Amino acid sequence: MNMHTQPQRTPAETALIDAFGDRLSLLPGDGAVMLKRDDAIETIKHGLPTRRVESWHYTDLRRLLNAVPDFDPAAMAKAIAPIVDGSAVVSILNGKSDAKVPVLEGVSFQRLSEKLIDGSIAPGLDPYGSDDAIGALNTAFVADGYFVDIADGVELEKPVELQNLQAGGQTHVRLAVRVGAGAKSVIVERQTGDGAALGSSVSHLVLGEGAEVTWLIVQEQPETATHLAQFKAHIGKNAKLTVFFMNAGGKLVRQEIVVKTTGEGADFKLRGINLLAGDTHTDVTMVLDHAVPHTTSTEVIRNVVTGKARGVFQGRINVHQYAQKTNAKMACNTLLLSDDGEFSTKPELEIFADDVVCGHGATVTEIDHDHLFYLMARGVDEKSARGLLVKAFVAEVIEELDDETIVEALEARLDDWFMAHG
Amino acid sequence: MLEIRNLHARIVDDGTEIIRGLNLTVKTGEVAAIMGPNGSGKSTLSYILAGREDYEVTEGDILYNGQSILEMDPAERATSGIFLAFQYPMEIPGVATMEFLKVAMNEQRKARGEEPLKIPEFLKRVKEAAASLSMDMAMLKRPLNVGFSGGEKKRAEILQMKLLEPKLCVLDETDSGLDIDALKIVSDGVNALRAPDRAFLVITHYQRLLEHIVPDTVHVLYKGQVIKSGDKSLALDLEANGYAGVIGEAA
Repeated sequence: MNMHTQPQRTPAETALIDAFGDRLSLLPGDGAVMLKRDDAIETIKHGLPTRRVESWHYTDLRRLLNAVPDFDPAAMAKAIAPIVDGSAVVSILNGKSDAKVPVLEGVSFQRLSEKLIDGSIAPGLDPYGSDDAIGALNTAFVADGYFVDIADGVELEKPVELQNLQAGGQTHVRLAVRVGAGAKSVIVERQTGDGAALGSSVSHLVLGEGAEVTWLIVQEQPETATHLAQFKAHIGKNAKLTVFFMNAGGKLVRQEIVVKTTGEGADFKLRGINLLAGDTHTDVTMVLDHAVPHTTSTEVIRNVVTGKARGVFQGRINVHQYAQKTNAKMACNTLLLSDDGEFSTKPELEIFADDVVCGHGATVTEIDHDHLFYLMARGVDEKSARGLLVKAFVAEVIEELDDETIVEALEARLDDWFMAHG
Repeated sequence: MLEIRNLHARIVDDGTEIIRGLNLTVKTGEVAAIMGPNGSGKSTLSYILAGREDYEVTEGDILYNGQSILEMDPAERATSGIFLAFQYPMEIPGVATMEFLKVAMNEQRKARGEEPLKIPEFLKRVKEAAASLSMDMAMLKRPLNVGFSGGEKKRAEILQMKLLEPKLCVLDETDSGLDIDALKIVSDGVNALRAPDRAFLVITHYQRLLEHIVPDTVHVLYKGQVIKSGDKSLALDLEANGYAGVIGEAA
């Protein structure tokens, strides 16, 4: 006999389940969407993942999520200036899509609430695995966001910036983006706000054949916010995707990156920096599937840890049996600046093909004393010299992005963080 | 300008004593050459002057303009006018050379109570200095010393020296790794900086450099002590007869 005993629910689990009951009548969606929501809340009812769930081993969500704020319909958020001047900006203001939408040739913006009501988004609401707690939480509660469609062959000169701005309470949003065949664009996903919020945000990108996308996730939540985010993408034939993320805030952050190469010649680059300070917990978990032959990927993650911050990077690369000639390289380097900070790295390569090149490496270092001496010997005081070296450590990853306006914009975000935490 | 009195110093890590009772005086405006065989403590002396923490002074003192510098950190020494041109300049990935030059120049100006340089003035000074050393500005857009050849690194050191306008310049084996043309360019760069209010400590293994940078005094360092001092003819003597004779005399 197999007895399944339900452990006692945590206050956070109870709050989420109760909130679902309260919110149900307000949540948009046709029958298909509502069925997905029901399935999703069932997943939550089974309990939030603990460290015994392998993919959540370093981020015991059940233990770490110790409070869930109520929804706060009165909280107001305002659109902010984009990181790159002249970007087309669409904003989600505390969970609701803004009425103002830019007019851009070859690009359509649709509120996600409409796609929920007509049910066309329903297939995208399925979780990607049994441990997909963020997907489940989002599917249960998602009320709005945007669907962005970039037509075939459209090459955007300026970035599209998608802002998710929270002002407190709970927000659950979704960004669905389709980039047509041969189209080129830079998309900025901006995650920030000023409340003690709980937010889930799921981004779903589909790239057509030969499309080229640089997707920048700039996360600067306040040190009171819980931010549970997921980025999912399928990379089609000869398409190129570069994802750059910068985590520079949040109390409890999990950023999942779930990518699959689905067409030969697909190329994926992941570049990211975690700037971790205070008493915070930040987890970046990547799952990359090389599902077809002749696809390539590289991942470079740089972390700076100060204070009592804890960081996690899990990088899992699955090379499927038929995915011959895969070339995948992953590196995770951490600069540990305090005795109380910590960073856990777990690279995982699961390779079923026999003709592949795959590798990974991880380092944890302190500031190089020779470098520090050299800078000081030129008159730079110790604090500034350390600042220069720490910034250099992460700026190297940013500079790889090539596009000068983007590099400058990201370095400005970096400077902001160093001003606040240097 | 510089007075080193009975200096004893050791490596912090393993306690090995490298400098063993060194005495040396360098006057303002003087170019002093320090010569000596490998392992005599030449580079160690340069690091100790710059304030590297790997060495510990156990006895004696270093006076710069009459003040002890032993309690000063490397940045304080640099802003007070001491400059070390490294034998092996470090490659620092991620730090853009231009950005570094600007920070270093302005930090030194700040320490002297001067306003930061305006960008056009900064660029003008860098361009002039680079041109005088036959350096390509494109090189300065790269991260500091990264991918520079040995000669380029040495030129970059002299470029920094020019821009920072120090009062006491310590050149640690600046000639090593330079071909004849580069040696000429670097030496001309140094000679152009010779001034009545500036002193040089030129550390070298060979007389070759001293043909280009003619010293006022020459000091032979052996086993952490100055065992003989003289004028530039001492360098020629060493070149002709090697160190053995001088070492034998001192023993």
